[in-house]
Amino acid sequence: MNFDHISRRGVLKGTAALTIGSALPLRSALAKDTTVGFIYVGSRDDYGYNQAHAAGAAALKKMAGIKVVEEEKVPETEAVEKTMESMINLDGATLLFPTSFGYFNPHVLKMAVKYPKVRFEHCGGLWTEKDPKNVGSYFGYIDEAQHVSGVVAGHMTKSGKLGFVAAKPIPQVLRNINAFTMGAKLANPKVTLQVIFTGDWSMPVKEAEATNSLIDQGVDVVTCHVDGPKTVVENAARRGAMVCGYHVNQAVLAPKAYLTGAEWNWEVLYPRFVKMFTAGETIPNFYRGGLKEQLVKVSPYGAMVPEAARKQADEIKAGLTAGTYVIFKGPVTDNKGKTVIASGVSRGQTDPELEKMDYLVAGVIGATS
Amino acid sequence: MKADVGAPVAKTGIGELLRLPPFSRKFGGAAEYVVIPALALAASLILFGIFVALFGKNPIDLYFYMYQGAFGTWFSWQNTLTRAAPLILTALCTALPAQLGMVIIGGEGALLIGALCSTSAALAMPGTPPLAVDLAMAAAGMAGGGLWIMLAGALRQYRGVNETISSLLLVYIALAILNYLVEGPMRDPASLNKPSTREIGAANMIGNIPGTEVHWGFVFGIVAALISYILIYHTVFGFAARIAGGNIRAAKVVGLSVSKLILIVCFLAGAAAGLAGMMEVAAVQGRANANLAAGYGFAGILVAFLARQNPLAVIPVAILLGGIGASGGLLQRRLGLPDASVLVLQGVIFVMVLASDTLYGRLSFFKGKGA
Repeated sequence: MNFDHISRRGVLKGTAALTIGSALPLRSALAKDTTVGFIYVGSRDDYGYNQAHAAGAAALKKMAGIKVVEEEKVPETEAVEKTMESMINLDGATLLFPTSFGYFNPHVLKMAVKYPKVRFEHCGGLWTEKDPKNVGSYFGYIDEAQHVSGVVAGHMTKSGKLGFVAAKPIPQVLRNINAFTMGAKLANPKVTLQVIFTGDWSMPVKEAEATNSLIDQGVDVVTCHVDGPKTVVENAARRGAMVCGYHVNQAVLAPKAYLTGAEWNWEVLYPRFVKMFTAGETIPNFYRGGLKEQLVKVSPYGAMVPEAARKQADEIKAGLTAGTYVIFKGPVTDNKGKTVIASGVSRGQTDPELEKMDYLVAGVIGATS
Repeated sequence: MKADVGAPVAKTGIGELLRLPPFSRKFGGAAEYVVIPALALAASLILFGIFVALFGKNPIDLYFYMYQGAFGTWFSWQNTLTRAAPLILTALCTALPAQLGMVIIGGEGALLIGALCSTSAALAMPGTPPLAVDLAMAAAGMAGGGLWIMLAGALRQYRGVNETISSLLLVYIALAILNYLVEGPMRDPASLNKPSTREIGAANMIGNIPGTEVHWGFVFGIVAALISYILIYHTVFGFAARIAGGNIRAAKVVGLSVSKLILIVCFLAGAAAGLAGMMEVAAVQGRANANLAAGYGFAGILVAFLARQNPLAVIPVAILLGGIGASGGLLQRRLGLPDASVLVLQGVIFVMVLASDTLYGRLSFFKGKGA
């Protein structure tokens, strides 16, 4: 380390600069630049939810005239309101991406009323007509990618037992579990999937325990829906099981065990939004999409995935991309034998019924409560 | 005063060198409690500066942004005070039992239970005037939080269970209760992907202190800290509590009811944290859900220890830690430091303040002549 530059004179100069600096407005962005703020609930390199958003932010940094400011580990309390205000007041941000679900109500809604000229784009929220017009909510139908993942898992399992480590039995998570299971059953109708709910989004110890207990029960392909899949992926690989990833590509963590995975594709969506924003167009307040709209993607297949599995997975992926394939098509029964989607009923991705999902489909071992 | 000159301690002391006026001699003992923590804080900031310099960032920038983010603008001040509000209350949850020699670290649990009780109170009385609802919420929150910590006190007094461990474990029980109720019986069916209770209603929300964006929790915190200070240092009850804290057998010999003291103090401590939980619901979240478990209870332990368990010192320390939290965002955005760097600073401050304990009574500067 070289501390030569911290001379007495340097300190004095710094202090002087500090005094002058505080007299000047803090706004450092140039007028022509658009400053975009990103707020993450966890750490930006979690190999999961937050990293996926940070990858989207990184894509914006490459765009001319765009300045990105980021803050990680911001809790879903007043702290996030202050972070948003700080980005608006001190950094001059005009477009904000508060990426955690729990930021939406009341924090984002409150700030949107207070700063009507700032645009707020929230991931996962359900914007309705009564909400402020400068708020948008977007989300991806990642269950499509989970479905494709499930097909691969169904082909690869030797024991016929799949495992799913999930955070909470909420509609979003149940939809992933069900889509994955239904995909696996297309490849192998006899497979079962054991689900374990850890109770919260980031519970590394419980996630490790759940992974181990799944493998102890004979599960040989594990996947998950938690904020940071790193624990599950590494543990499963260490125990010799195969894994399907979630949020981002975790192949680097377990190159020999990583079959494929369901990933967000924010690095495509965010530049799309920012281009609309800088061009003065209105970003739709309610924005959803799947493989077709490139909001989600499927990780490249691992080398161990055989041709037959790739072929079936690719066919379904092509159908979803073309918009001709429907995952939740009746008859669908839950794991208690009740018909949840009647024969002949086809629930497309935009069907609001799917946003209220509260069941586990046949083949899933576990309960929602 | 001449008679003191010969005292050996003063001769070599800094006090003598600086020729301190009698004023300092008189207040030297109190000044010690200000100067030593301040020195510890300054030393921590220097250490943190070196730590940041190791990462190739300019420490001058660091101090500038820390100051700017915490106290540099009116917005920053409000940010700081907003963050300090719950910390004052949760710190009291540790500082009050500390007077009895107990180490309670379960303020987070009392906060969650307080939040749940106050939400239930609000939801149970629809159509009631907001003032009545808020009073009921405060009463329910304080009662819930108070009983929760009293449980830890009772376990210690009647069953010999270590209160530090039991209060910590009670946090996890409180969290489980919160999650169970929010995801089960108390769940608003409309809260699909974020299980929450129903909202207490906009009319029942406690607003901000007029002219600011700091909610009333800050004022309640200061009032609670002042009451605690008076209770501990200027009442017979507080005197008795400190006697029991100093020597439990002596307290029993002079006929103090130690059990009663423990239960009451634990109740008051939990009530403070419960009030913090009530404020989180009534002033911030508007409903109960997992967002409430934001770690204010744990940050409060740090505040209490840094304040040396003095209810009055809790106020400036909470503001200081609130400021560090408020500046953390700017450090991330302007200097590209990871969020954990703020935790490093907090850790350094904690260690320095604890280590500085050894200096009390050793700096002749404060002793005055003839001390």
